[in-house]
Amino acid sequence: MAADCELLAVRRNIKYNLESRMSSALTWGTYIVVFGALAVLAARDRAKARQAVRVAVKSFLGVFPSMLAIVGLIGLLLGIVSPQLISSYLGQGRGWWATIAATLVGAVMFIPSLVAFPLAASLLRSGASIATIAAFLTTLVMVGTVTLPLEIRHLGRKMAVGRNVLSLLSAFLIAIIMGMVLR
Amino acid sequence: MKPNMARRTPMADAPQGTSKTPRQWLADYRWVLLIATADLLAWLLVPAQTPLVLHNTWDYFVEMVVVLIPVAVLMGLFDVWVPKQLIGKYLGRESGWKGLALSLLFGTAPTGPLYAAFPIAGMLLQRGASPLNVVVFLNTWAAIKIPQLLVETSFLGPSFMLARLTLTVPSAILMGWLIQKGIDRTGGLDVVPVEPEHAT
Repeated sequence: MAADCELLAVRRNIKYNLESRMSSALTWGTYIVVFGALAVLAARDRAKARQAVRVAVKSFLGVFPSMLAIVGLIGLLLGIVSPQLISSYLGQGRGWWATIAATLVGAVMFIPSLVAFPLAASLLRSGASIATIAAFLTTLVMVGTVTLPLEIRHLGRKMAVGRNVLSLLSAFLIAIIMGMVLR
Repeated sequence: MKPNMARRTPMADAPQGTSKTPRQWLADYRWVLLIATADLLAWLLVPAQTPLVLHNTWDYFVEMVVVLIPVAVLMGLFDVWVPKQLIGKYLGRESGWKGLALSLLFGTAPTGPLYAAFPIAGMLLQRGASPLNVVVFLNTWAAIKIPQLLVETSFLGPSFMLARLTLTVPSAILMGWLIQKGIDRTGGLDVVPVEPEHAT
């Protein structure tokens, strides 16, 4: 329970400091650059700008239903399987089985880095190995089981499935190497 | 029940000019309806977790909208401004090291979840970027972002961050190369054109 509180406090702290400030700066930067480019285009060529807006609206509406479904699924998954639950589950295991379990949990779950890194740090403190943490984080960021249908739709089955399967394998390799290199 | 309401409002604000039948709406939103049903089930089975589910769904919904707006505008700009040959020239199969470096740069520059990168990657792929470069772009977007690296350093230490970074970059390139070989060997790409109904 104390660990939970600590995790939450850390999460809140980081949320209002580092990543959030940088992310929001980057987000605003992206908005300024993208809409600035659109404004430049509009000043030069009104018809082309109108066409660009039309394509933008269409692509937004085109991806909206599947994005909404993914957002709902992530919200449900994270609401029922809380990070604390994962932490208590992964923190118990030792050895290679723990690493394999972490790889799979990381592949299936969708946890934003804001929560994932404090979670990984608390796992490390509670006795998980470096390899387990590395496997968990690498699959978490690179493999997306929840978003796989969307990836297939945009990139084709070969590329999407290939990327996820190879990412899973390479995460495991990265974990082994990191477990050997870092002590 | 707020997020469920938020889910329904987009249907009410149907875009003007598009004539979708209710059946098409149902087909488009069938997964959303399925998940809304699952949410209801969760509410019945584990009522204690429901506020968290709704809170999470709302948070991710806001994040999605914030991230997807510039992505959509970017797609529009690409469509009218960037000629097809240009993408082929800088990110195509003949682009070599420069294309690879450009993909790495494109991947680290933005912020946002990986799913926001799929439409962009798909568009690049359809316009002649090589599978190698697209995979490198996606994997760097996923694993190497500057704010993320800073958070990683602060929680797990610089050596952990650097070790993971130096292992991730070559693995992304190797992965892209393998996927490109695999795609070539099995008869090319199998991308379904996005939103075929809009191709008017």
